[in-house]
Amino acid sequence: MGIQFRKETFRDDFSFRNSPEHIRRFPFPFHEDSYMYAVNIEPHRPGPKGSVLEHPFDVDEHYVSEMEDRALVLAEDPLRCQSLPHMTLAGWDLLELIMTSKAESYPEHFSLTRDGDNWHWINRPLNIDQTFVFGDTTTLPYGPMEYITRQAQGDYCILDQRDNNLWMDAGIVTTQADWSLDFDIGMNFFEWHAPVPLAHEMGIFQRALKFLLNVQQGQPARRLNWTMTINPRLDTSPENYHKWGPDRTTVTPENVGQKVHLRVELQTFWRLPRSNALVFPIRCYLIKMDELVTSEKWAKRLHRVIRDLPEELATYKGLTRYRPTLVEWLSKYDDGGVTSPGFGPD
Amino acid sequence: MPIEPTIKSRPVYGTLSPQKGTEHLLIADAEGAQAILDLAKAAPEGFFSAAEIVFIPRATGDRYVAALKGLTPARFYEGPSIAAALPRLRQTLATAHVGLRVYLAGTEGLMGQAMQVALEAGIDHSSIQTEHRGSLARRVQCVHCKGITEDVTTQPVTCAHCGLTLFVRDHYSRRLAAFQGVCINAEDRSEQVPVEEAFP
Repeated sequence: MGIQFRKETFRDDFSFRNSPEHIRRFPFPFHEDSYMYAVNIEPHRPGPKGSVLEHPFDVDEHYVSEMEDRALVLAEDPLRCQSLPHMTLAGWDLLELIMTSKAESYPEHFSLTRDGDNWHWINRPLNIDQTFVFGDTTTLPYGPMEYITRQAQGDYCILDQRDNNLWMDAGIVTTQADWSLDFDIGMNFFEWHAPVPLAHEMGIFQRALKFLLNVQQGQPARRLNWTMTINPRLDTSPENYHKWGPDRTTVTPENVGQKVHLRVELQTFWRLPRSNALVFPIRCYLIKMDELVTSEKWAKRLHRVIRDLPEELATYKGLTRYRPTLVEWLSKYDDGGVTSPGFGPD
Repeated sequence: MPIEPTIKSRPVYGTLSPQKGTEHLLIADAEGAQAILDLAKAAPEGFFSAAEIVFIPRATGDRYVAALKGLTPARFYEGPSIAAALPRLRQTLATAHVGLRVYLAGTEGLMGQAMQVALEAGIDHSSIQTEHRGSLARRVQCVHCKGITEDVTTQPVTCAHCGLTLFVRDHYSRRLAAFQGVCINAEDRSEQVPVEEAFP
């Protein structure tokens, strides 16, 4: 049997939750009791069975509902998916990468049959059965990037590589931590990261760019990033900040466990074969505080990380308003004992 | 007041100087005219006989017009607004030859929009000279409704389209020729933020 897909929402009544098995596989991002920026990029090798790293593109119990949420965002705001004219070939590269990977990792849910350029794609969870001609955009209902990323969890940015830099020239961004594709499209690596505090001065972006420019085909890389979100809302875009921003004023000692979510991005980096572009999927995982504290180690560690986070980072991540309430709530789960090294829940 | 480099997406500007080229397109608004007049002091013989000047006087009225005309450019255009000048500029750039050199001077709104048209015509932004003169007013895109508010001098500013109170960031998009405006009191709309003259 395959994955049991949950029927749930990321808006309005916020019925999203993780099953006990999914809590255990959550990609907890802190390997020690404190946090500061680092160029924490490593090879994207397959991880343990059942973990979010088992397959190149993880599909989990939230897949179908996340794709429904993406369709709602795109219907409201088509500017969340844009591709500059020279990026179509990279879109085909991405379509191939995702289809071949999903079909190999999850044959019970996806299949791909190829006869030259005549392709047949079946996505059973989303009830899609599509024949098309690879490379011919008139044979798909959307451009290739949009077509396949409406069927893939996480945001996708496709970066063109030229002049020793990476350029944000295409993407689909509906589950972002407060940045605007529509504003940033066409920018280079340093420009779209411009608002991030501290990291420029630390040389983080120079080193990261140097690494990314050298990512080779077949040797993807990954890193984790994190923030926090009130309510399990995928679409925390700047576009809608005036709609979700008020959520940050609603945190009380009584509702922390249900309302406050740790939001982890599994970012991966892939060289694409025909276009030589770099695709940068940003996969968002959410976990409620009530779910997270089922691991004693995670509860203690998150308490220490949030309590000791430098003020600039807390402000940038938008935690300022509810940080004291959250730290107080988490402190009940921290007896001051030693935590084991590494990310796992114990 | 000089423009200081802040974050990496925020444009910085230089000083115009005559470049080697077969044709020269000089575009300025308001006090930007003075940058062209200063460039002229260093210009070689015959520079302006292969030049077009596009000038939008704005509040400077007649102050610079006679002096610019006195440079005897091959073509001189005086426009009533930046928006009115853009279609002509698009045409000029679309039919431009390889040896064309572009010079922009004046407000960031003028330079940004002329740069945008030049980029659309395939001219590389690094080959365009810029010099800031005059007002620090900013062109701001509301990240929420996407409307552009021109000539913003205050922090925060009310979006001319949707009415939200926007914090004007230093984050800048060349493609949009605009700074980003984000609702300043999104989390608690009852918060009243004092308005200051930040970009005079």
